[in-house]
Amino acid sequence: MISMSIVKRKPLPGWVILVIPVAAVFVTLLITAIPILFAGGNVFKAYGSLFYGALGSKFNLLETFVKASPLILTGLAVAFAFRAKFWNIGAEGQLFAGAIAATWVGIYFTWLPSFLVLPVMIIFGFFAGGLWATIPAFLKTKLKVDDVVTTLLLNYVIFHIMGALLFGPMQMPGSSWPRSASIMDAAFYPMLIARSRFHFGIIVSFVAILVIWFINSKTVFGYQSRGVGINLEAAKFGGINTGMVILKTAIISGGLAGLAGVGEVAAIHHHLMMDVSTGYGYTGIVIAMLGNLHPIGVALAAFFFSVISVGAQTMGRVAGIPTYIVGVIEGVALMTMLIFILLTEYKIRWTKS
Amino acid sequence: MQPVIEMRGVTKRFVDVIANDKVDLKLFPKEIVGLLGENGAGKTTLMNVLFGYYNLDGGKLLINGGEVTFGSPKDAINHGIAMIHQHFTLVQTQSVLENVMIGMEGSFFLNKKKAREKLLGIEKDFGLNLDPDAIVWTLSIGEQQKLEILKSLYRGAKTLIMDEPTAVLAPTETIELFETLRILVASGHSIIFISHHLQEVMDICDRVIVLRSGKRVAERKVSETSIPELASLMVGRELLERLERGEAKTGNAVLEARNLKVRNNRGIVAVDNLSFTLREGEVLGVAGVSGNGQTALSEMLFGQVKPEDGEIHISGKNIPGGSPSAIIKEGMARIPEDRIKTGLFMDLSVKENMILESHVNEPISKKGLINMKEIRSFAEKCINNFSVKTDGMDAPVKSLSGGNLQKVILARELVGKPKVVVACQPTRGLDVGAMEYVHQAMLDQKTDGAGVLLISDDLDEIFLLSDRIIVMYEGKIIGEVSTNEADRDKIGLWMSGVTS
Amino acid sequence: MMSEIFSVAFITGIIAATLRMSTPIILATLGEIITERSGVLNLGIEGTMLFGAAIGFLTTLSTGSLWLGVLAAALAGIALSLIMAILSVYLGLSQHVSGLGITIFASGLAMFIYRLVVGSPTVPPIIDPFSPIAIPLLSRIPILGGSFFTQYSLTYITWLLIPAVSIFLFKTRAGLRVRTIGQNPFAADTVGVNVNLTRTLCLAAGGAFFGVAGAFLTLAHQNMFLIDVIGGRGWIAIAMTIFGNWNPVMGAVGGLIFGFLDALQLRLQTLGVDLPFHIFLMIPYLITIFALISVSRKASVPAGLLKPYRREDKGG
Repeated sequence: MISMSIVKRKPLPGWVILVIPVAAVFVTLLITAIPILFAGGNVFKAYGSLFYGALGSKFNLLETFVKASPLILTGLAVAFAFRAKFWNIGAEGQLFAGAIAATWVGIYFTWLPSFLVLPVMIIFGFFAGGLWATIPAFLKTKLKVDDVVTTLLLNYVIFHIMGALLFGPMQMPGSSWPRSASIMDAAFYPMLIARSRFHFGIIVSFVAILVIWFINSKTVFGYQSRGVGINLEAAKFGGINTGMVILKTAIISGGLAGLAGVGEVAAIHHHLMMDVSTGYGYTGIVIAMLGNLHPIGVALAAFFFSVISVGAQTMGRVAGIPTYIVGVIEGVALMTMLIFILLTEYKIRWTKS
Repeated sequence: MQPVIEMRGVTKRFVDVIANDKVDLKLFPKEIVGLLGENGAGKTTLMNVLFGYYNLDGGKLLINGGEVTFGSPKDAINHGIAMIHQHFTLVQTQSVLENVMIGMEGSFFLNKKKAREKLLGIEKDFGLNLDPDAIVWTLSIGEQQKLEILKSLYRGAKTLIMDEPTAVLAPTETIELFETLRILVASGHSIIFISHHLQEVMDICDRVIVLRSGKRVAERKVSETSIPELASLMVGRELLERLERGEAKTGNAVLEARNLKVRNNRGIVAVDNLSFTLREGEVLGVAGVSGNGQTALSEMLFGQVKPEDGEIHISGKNIPGGSPSAIIKEGMARIPEDRIKTGLFMDLSVKENMILESHVNEPISKKGLINMKEIRSFAEKCINNFSVKTDGMDAPVKSLSGGNLQKVILARELVGKPKVVVACQPTRGLDVGAMEYVHQAMLDQKTDGAGVLLISDDLDEIFLLSDRIIVMYEGKIIGEVSTNEADRDKIGLWMSGVTS
Repeated sequence: MMSEIFSVAFITGIIAATLRMSTPIILATLGEIITERSGVLNLGIEGTMLFGAAIGFLTTLSTGSLWLGVLAAALAGIALSLIMAILSVYLGLSQHVSGLGITIFASGLAMFIYRLVVGSPTVPPIIDPFSPIAIPLLSRIPILGGSFFTQYSLTYITWLLIPAVSIFLFKTRAGLRVRTIGQNPFAADTVGVNVNLTRTLCLAAGGAFFGVAGAFLTLAHQNMFLIDVIGGRGWIAIAMTIFGNWNPVMGAVGGLIFGFLDALQLRLQTLGVDLPFHIFLMIPYLITIFALISVSRKASVPAGLLKPYRREDKGG
């Protein structure tokens, strides 16, 4: 019989961590070639159309950036929380919270001077997401309720709150569909490149990358939140107010997801609707892991998944592959990355006996 | 005579350490063999190989003269070998009977009636009385150990491996254990007894095998050796450490505990109405069998746990309980019991571990921003002053040896010249060299005028360093004595709860 | 309207619907309890249920056999759980992240396969679903007999599984081993119980439960496959596992509460009661969260939960 055991390996050089995500992506695309073959597609043609659809023209590339913007924000949200071992699976719900707040400002704050509308909308969206995330953080630190379960459940709670609002007070007058009225023009994210959807929110997400990088590496809070993530007991022992650190982490994490919601309303839909997110919050988990919880890594991973999801449309048209392949790729990428990270610290030994 | 167990040239490697290097061992029927060695000498690993828990990388295993290969503990059990680990392998939420039955259940449906009869029979035969229906967490440590022995006997074990069985026991419980072992041997069992306590080995064993750095360095009959000889064989040097304790030049009170009381997480009182005063320039030793409230006491002093009652005063100032940062602010140096779980961020670098307690202070950080230059110079000072062996301050702290991990903590805590030092089990798990370093550091602190509170369940360490000794029993101070007037036997009785 | 709500027909209708709606939750909760008792949290549950729902539906659609659909769903659940076992048991990866990976992967694959098989027709294909079976005599009991004993066969099976899982866990050799592994895998290993194999088997059993729970929704509760057919029921089952203190009977009680709220909400809606139905849909989640808060203090979490077991880790 052959038995498997996992043994620690000697530390690998530092550059390995840079190679790992690339290798994981490569292996993922190899594995997901199997369902493409099953679907009767030509793998090279399929992937070719996928990358062409995402990167092949200026318009396609700009679309990919558009799609990357919410993914960067939810990816950062999850990564920032996971770094402190606040298991925030709730970026999806925090995105809804941000979208609801942004819509509210965008429809009803008509009395604001127009140059203030966007800043107010961004701030409200950020704190709506942030405050929504403080609920599980509070439950975790004060009442010791598992954060994975609560963040998941709260996604459904806010989803139904949104439903109640869209069938109730926020429903567009005269409509029978669950959608809000359109937001005012002053609440639109400006388009930055003509004849494209390259909008202000993309800049917001890039700024977010820099801010999170700065917090992580240059501030006391960044040190503390990482400490809390690595060893809660030692952090407490060292005098760090761990409850407060988790709470602040939750606000920032939820706030980032909230910004993703703001962007979807202010730049893409210009109103609120039930499918304002297409699972960005869950994809954010995959992105955070693939990006190794590092802001730059998150940015690259978000771009990769944006390529996949934009390109999948073209692949669907050209090669006849159902676009749901995106979910398969996401899942496989997450698992592959997990295994690759494991292999940086351990090696697998097969022994015959 | 045929040995029941023979290990020939057994070798076991881990990533880059050879834990056992061509070790030979023989165990004859009705014999107790002591396996002696320092922490990290490879005793436990060797026994885990014999127990089938680790595969061997070289050498042979013979049972009753026949060669065997063990793939898992099950194979060892089938050959009548059982091991009682230092950390008990019991399920705390299950009953004694269920813990005994596991792996030996027999039929598809549990037949508890039959199992109970068998268990009670064994209990009677060996004088080990335990209620089969008691839930494990309600049992004392000594009773849990009895359960482990019962578990082995239930499986029909003829050879028992006991890993440091006395480390968790009070002296009276140790005497009881030794009686049990003698009954076992008389009924035909053989025992391998792992220890680093020389006196115990002399008391209970017939033969001793000494391991050092994974190698077998000597074998002696107990009747033909002595404690000093075993000590030097074990350490590889002529003598055990000799420290000059020096006279205590006591000054003002630096740390006072007043009527401290706290419960553990099961709601049982762990520390009860405990008071003491620690003065500048002295080492106050807190002795006791582990599990008598020492951990809870240290956690209160460190600010990790809020006392239910009582006060902590540092240099005359009443410190709010349950706040590590308040304690840190008063300048207490804190050496926690479990350096890996409590003291360090194992995934962070050496320098990031150095600033754990000072990262909020200027100049390490200012207005919420950290100053990397200051961190580097601080870390460098720590590493140099305490000669921490590392590949640099940026190396992850998990790449350091146990002794150097403790030095990282010592450096961090002591570099600021504290007035009061509280050290809980500061040498647990360290080798002799590191141990000496820690001991010297404690004495240096005292010479520099600090008050040092040393909580340790190693009585030798307490005697070596302390000027004054208090003994904890069931959360209370049962006795106090100046070391110069202390009598070991009397302290041993105190540790067992006997006053008179 | 109040008279309508308190009518016998309404109440018996609610009871029948409660038992029906709680079936998938209870089934999934039982599966999760077995898995977590062995020390593995399977967050792949939501995706596994969706995968089971899709595979079960497609099998029935192409073969016409409902029981073949159930069998295929169970096998699909087992297959996914074996991937989970490789990741979280044998490789020892984070159970949280592995499970989420399974859910994302399985959800994507379920919809991918569904589209591949049925294409994108304007009207989704339907099957001829399970119909309730009236148990002779018992269903004739006045007033309540009809609602309790006119149920789907899968519901009856689920009710039998509650005591069966209890007996398995607490009265059998295998159950003792599972519980021991969940509490202290080292203890189990030292007496010769194969920790990782047992965990894998528990995952597989749980996976079969998840798959069938999902298939219940497409083969009995409804007659078609919709993307949001599971709608968070997997996460509810995770919560019910904690709520029920890892005890099958208590977990089933939690499932019943959820089923009741679900049923009440639907009934009131069909009665035309003017309630924002989204608020109603939200209530079960809120109640679950409050239940988690009250339970969290006394929760007897299996001590080995979330901890992978590796033998070579120990040095010394």
